[in-house]
Amino acid sequence: MRERLQQIQQKAIAAFTEVQDLKALDEIRVKYLGKKGELTQVLRGMKDVSSEERPVIGQLANEVRNTLETQLEEVKQILTEKAQEAKLKQEVIDVTIPGRKKSLGHRHPMHIVLDEIKDIFLGMGYEIAEGPEIEEDYYNFEALNIPANHPAKDEQDTFYISGDFLLRTQTSPVQVRVMEKKQPPIRIIAPGRVYRSDEVDATHSPVFHQIEGLVVDKNVTMGDLKGALAVFAKELFGQNAEVKFRPHHFPFTEPSAEMDVSCFMCGGKGCRVCKGSGWIEILGCGMVHPRVLEMVGIDPKEYSGFAFGMGLERIALQRYGIEDLRLLYENDIRFLKQF
Amino acid sequence: MNIPMSWLKEYVPLDCDIKTYIDAMTLSGTKVESYEELGAEIKKVVVGKIVSIQPHPDADKLVITNIDIGTEILQIVTGANNISEGDIVPVALHGSTLPGGIKIKKGKLRGIESNGMLCSVEELGFEPKDIPDAPEDGIYIFQEELPLGSDVKPFFGLDDIVVEYEITSNRPDCYSILGVAREAAATFKKSFQYPKIEVKENEEKIEDFAQIRIDNTGLCPRYAARVVKNVKINPSPKWMQKYLLASGIRPINNIVDITNYVMLEMGQPLHAFDLNKLAGDQIIVRNAREKETFVTLDEIERTLDASMLVIADGEKPVAIAGIMGGENSKVTEDTQTLLLESANFDGTNIRLTSKKLGLRTDASGKFEKGLDPNLVIEALNRAAQLIEQLGAGEIVGGILDSYPNPRKSLTISYDPESINRLLGTEISHEEMVDILKRIQCQVDPEKKIVIPPTFRSDLLIEADLAEEIARFYGYDRIPTTLAIGTPTVGKETHKQKIEEMTRNVMEAQGFYESLSYSFESPKVFDWLLLPQDHPLRQGIRIANPLGEDFSVMRTTPLHGMLQCLSTNYNRRNEAVRLYELAKIYLAKSLPLQELPDERVQLAFGMYGEEDFYDAKGVVETFFERFHLTKQVEYISEHNLPWMHPGRCAAIHLDGEEVGYVGEIHPKVLKQYSIDSRVYIGVVDLPKVIQKATMERSYTPLPKFPAMVRDLALLVKEEIPVREIEKMIEQRGGKLLESYELFDVYQGEQVKIGHKSVAYSLLFRDKERTLTEEEINKIMKKILHGLETELEVRLRE
Repeated sequence: MRERLQQIQQKAIAAFTEVQDLKALDEIRVKYLGKKGELTQVLRGMKDVSSEERPVIGQLANEVRNTLETQLEEVKQILTEKAQEAKLKQEVIDVTIPGRKKSLGHRHPMHIVLDEIKDIFLGMGYEIAEGPEIEEDYYNFEALNIPANHPAKDEQDTFYISGDFLLRTQTSPVQVRVMEKKQPPIRIIAPGRVYRSDEVDATHSPVFHQIEGLVVDKNVTMGDLKGALAVFAKELFGQNAEVKFRPHHFPFTEPSAEMDVSCFMCGGKGCRVCKGSGWIEILGCGMVHPRVLEMVGIDPKEYSGFAFGMGLERIALQRYGIEDLRLLYENDIRFLKQF
Repeated sequence: MNIPMSWLKEYVPLDCDIKTYIDAMTLSGTKVESYEELGAEIKKVVVGKIVSIQPHPDADKLVITNIDIGTEILQIVTGANNISEGDIVPVALHGSTLPGGIKIKKGKLRGIESNGMLCSVEELGFEPKDIPDAPEDGIYIFQEELPLGSDVKPFFGLDDIVVEYEITSNRPDCYSILGVAREAAATFKKSFQYPKIEVKENEEKIEDFAQIRIDNTGLCPRYAARVVKNVKINPSPKWMQKYLLASGIRPINNIVDITNYVMLEMGQPLHAFDLNKLAGDQIIVRNAREKETFVTLDEIERTLDASMLVIADGEKPVAIAGIMGGENSKVTEDTQTLLLESANFDGTNIRLTSKKLGLRTDASGKFEKGLDPNLVIEALNRAAQLIEQLGAGEIVGGILDSYPNPRKSLTISYDPESINRLLGTEISHEEMVDILKRIQCQVDPEKKIVIPPTFRSDLLIEADLAEEIARFYGYDRIPTTLAIGTPTVGKETHKQKIEEMTRNVMEAQGFYESLSYSFESPKVFDWLLLPQDHPLRQGIRIANPLGEDFSVMRTTPLHGMLQCLSTNYNRRNEAVRLYELAKIYLAKSLPLQELPDERVQLAFGMYGEEDFYDAKGVVETFFERFHLTKQVEYISEHNLPWMHPGRCAAIHLDGEEVGYVGEIHPKVLKQYSIDSRVYIGVVDLPKVIQKATMERSYTPLPKFPAMVRDLALLVKEEIPVREIEKMIEQRGGKLLESYELFDVYQGEQVKIGHKSVAYSLLFRDKERTLTEEEINKIMKKILHGLETELEVRLRE
């Protein structure tokens, strides 16, 4: 009996060392440890063993069983791992084949620039104001201190609807509408479409976009105007951007200025983009004209302010090196995909 | 405005280089657009004297000349036939360059050595007419002794620099050389040297020669004239010709040149009439008569209207005021006596007349800016002085001057502190006074008042003075500060947030943003198959559009979207998805009585491997973004003329129609040359913005398990699944948490005229685990409803 058990153990262990896969391992398990397995068979013969020997043999039998079961588990684990490894090996795929993706749309380049500008001013405490595109003569001209006989009012420049209605030629009327409704402090930008009677070509469009800015508060100075716009320029064009203010004329600001930014292409050395000057004209600005404040009922003795306005298309074209404005309104997907 | 530097320097002693000059002028407000060095291309062209001329042995048309250029005698072969021995001519030496990149080198002409070229004025970059004493064809011959071998450029004014300025509309005074010189003097703190104007008159009285009368003093605030006797028409002197030419005006004769010279110098246009041609020796400034015709100096007959101002004599118009004189009164070689006009006209009227007639002249260009009437006499006297000095005529004593309402100077009070407060500077009162005096303002520092010169009509209030002070102090010297002030919060409004989220949700679904024009052709309404009485045809029309194609403000974003898709389709771009947040303009009444309703609509369009349900999915995702899914219904819509009648759904949000989604009608697509199915969705954003809220509330996650039951149904094909779903919702009760349509099938194994529809229903109770019996009961109830009301059968 004892020999039998030892023999079984030896045979089984030998079988374990040779076994190659889980299926064969299971056969071995059945053969030795199964209900009809050899070990079970042997144990069934226990009744023939003398009662003195029975505990000893019994213990031995249990030891053999334990040994085999432990061994079995170990081999099983090794084989399982092997099997998994083999499976993973079989599952190798070509990871350079392109993935399946959901297509993602892009924003229009002009809107990308607008978003950047909005972010800059939102961060500086400005709100975003909106106003009508079909505007009244009063808001587009008169309230901005533009005299009735000003050439900008000619039919060659302005689209008229009927009566006092016209397509706004600038975003400046939003200034007036905001000031009419709100008391200082006012800090707003007003982006939007504007219209001028220009034939379509590479640099002109009868529809284009402007961004207006307005700050009205106590003790706002021209130095503050310079400061705010210098921050803006550095944020939009990079920390190396320099700004230059030149005197100019707008009916609704006094003093008025135009702001140039050092050319972001050549850094000021002079190139094709800046036409050799090293500077690019970006916006018009100035201190809000006292007449404009008076007309909306803000006392220019108590409050002062500054305003600025810029064309979005120009900035977008220069930013991306787009040579023809018409591309912006054509919406060819091959163009739009580039942004 | 182009000004030669040499002329400018007659009034202000500048000694800086050109770069410094233009930078400083630009920074003080007289923006320099560009500058041109005249004759920059011309090098090594000198004065030479023809010593001898001999025939060429081998060429009939060529001659051999010997030219004395001071240091040596050069042999030059030329084809010119207008030269004689002793002539002084321009000589391009070996190694010289001429305009247009031409290089002259020595060489042999028909075997004879030639060491340069004799030049015509064309070869120096002029047209023959630019130089009155130049021959039509041939070598230019100097009429005066010039040092041999010297550069010819100074003689022709080709050593000058011409600077182009951008003058802003508030500074009509700077449309003159004196105006810019005044700015330059103030900029560089130099003395401004105004020309000395003195007129030598004869003993006669102008009143004996002519009379003037203004009938419309509104359009002609001032009219003045002088009379010139014994006129001698000759070329003007070379110095004057050079200045005019460099300024872009061709010299003609002394009288014309003097009037142009004074116009450039002082900014005041003048006009000379032949007094003998003025009927009744009279000038009447009056409105033209309706349809009155008149032949202007350019020999074109113009038809006038009553809004236009003319200068007439006793009988007829002799000039269109401020724009152009008439053929009938022009100065000719035979003119004996001149009436020289210097007047002030209303700028706006000149501008409008000039536009109506399509006739813009140097004079009208000046007048339309609005000139100072106080300039009139100065300019008249300046011209008279030059006429007398240049021997062009004799000045009759006295001036005729009609000036009923003289422009008075203004007094502006100022406060240095308030100016500093506006600018953010600490400029001393003395410096302010100094700057204001430099621009010729009278200043009383005690009383703090300023009297600006009358030509500075732009200086009205303290802020205007602040600008003057700032620009000569230097905008660059104003300290750059950041406003402290009252803090404000920068944030987007609810509307702006929703619009931004809309862009994001569309881009996340593969749509590219497009931009289209706000106005379009009225033909668009036909392309979209709109019946004549359709409300979308009530577009707002532009009175003066760029053309029919840009004449109506859009009432729907459809056309813009279809056009963008068409562009892409016809450029063979496969599978395109575009969206636009497009404003539409809806009139409350036409013609407009109040501002129209401007609404932003989301429009998207797509073609490619897509169908209706892809498009609808886009809309569903959009509403899901705003948690509005449960408030939206899609209702079959057959009546939109531009849509496929069987593949369009109206979108209802809380029972209100907010848009539609579907396939475009093939007839419409034909108009846009698209041969593919196109899906479009339009959503009116203001209505969504109203309903969308950013508020969210939390529901605890379920603790008890859900039970799922599938329901496979056989349904008549005309019954929309929405009907089934309504029944499921209605009968499912509180325990039905959700359901999902997971299959719709028609074809084999399904009865003809029917479809197979399969739902998965999920039940759950928050408080406990549900029992089979409970679910069975509900399922039975749902099925019963479906069977009895919709004739739906459970599929075996």
